[in-house]
Amino acid sequence: MTGVLPVTLGEATKVVQALLYSGKEYVCLMKLHGDVQENHVKRVLKEFENAIYQRPPLRASVKRQLRIRRIYYLDFFEMDRRNVLFTVGCEGGTYIRKLCYDVGEVLGCGAHMQELRRTRAGPFVENESVTLHDVFYSFTEWQESRDEALLKKFVQPMEHALALVPKIYVRDSAVDAVCHGASLTAPGVLSLESGISAGSLIAVFSLKGEAVALAKAVASSEQILDINHGVVANVERVLMPRSTYPKCWKSGEKTDE
Amino acid sequence: MPRSVAPWETSQELLVKAEDRTNPSYGHKPDERPAEEYLKYGVINLDKPAGPTSHEVAAWVKRILKLGQVGHGGTLEA
Repeated sequence: MTGVLPVTLGEATKVVQALLYSGKEYVCLMKLHGDVQENHVKRVLKEFENAIYQRPPLRASVKRQLRIRRIYYLDFFEMDRRNVLFTVGCEGGTYIRKLCYDVGEVLGCGAHMQELRRTRAGPFVENESVTLHDVFYSFTEWQESRDEALLKKFVQPMEHALALVPKIYVRDSAVDAVCHGASLTAPGVLSLESGISAGSLIAVFSLKGEAVALAKAVASSEQILDINHGVVANVERVLMPRSTYPKCWKSGEKTDE
Repeated sequence: MPRSVAPWETSQELLVKAEDRTNPSYGHKPDERPAEEYLKYGVINLDKPAGPTSHEVAAWVKRILKLGQVGHGGTLEA
């Protein structure tokens, strides 16, 4: 298996949580175990679009219980005798090996996955990916010349990994409190993206476009836009180091000392 | 049945609640971080070669860049 594998460096490792559950896209070569008409294959593949039940295969890195996965699209590309090439866009955690097996069962002849290439992982796409050779070459060149353009050739800011996560932009004065793990409250919010619902994973961003933290929203986009006080999101993972921005909150009086 | 929509096929609208400015003395725009920091808060969109596992590939990147910690987003297993 080849293709897009986002590798997070140093502190950016904290954003993998957002990537694991992100949608993926693959190009897959499936081998049929019998002769089937092309139209029949096309029709069966379409049946696998939308929600499917899937039990992870024997060799899997998760518990083997039946789960529901969403197939966003499953586009037949071409077929040559028993070889079928297709593109699939799916929810994170969908096993394509198992999908091929199940397609084979429905076709009646059986099938297995011959080859797989990932063409997308969340916001990361194939035509922007770099090889290990590119990484080694550009990094070595950078060490000699210190030309930062070389780093930008193969490393992207961690914020790019959060491109598909809905964002809430906050005031400078709210940043450090969030970095210390405080819940985000309404007065700190400047703007936000639509599509947030209570319980959804969101990213707290500064006005400079820096990722501050990953959090769970406690209200929808519309509700957050309306309210003037109270908690808006609870911090799950802090991404920015403390004291990057000045501390702007008052400590409560120490009454119990 | 209508085709469902993938997360990358939708776009979100920006809803503005209040206006404010940011003080340039604190923090950096992600693209303007100093080199060492840029690496430490960076992600590589790697084209994984056939053969080694995702973990092995991540370990190689770690060794090439001489970084303390490296992770990968989603094991590339079928």
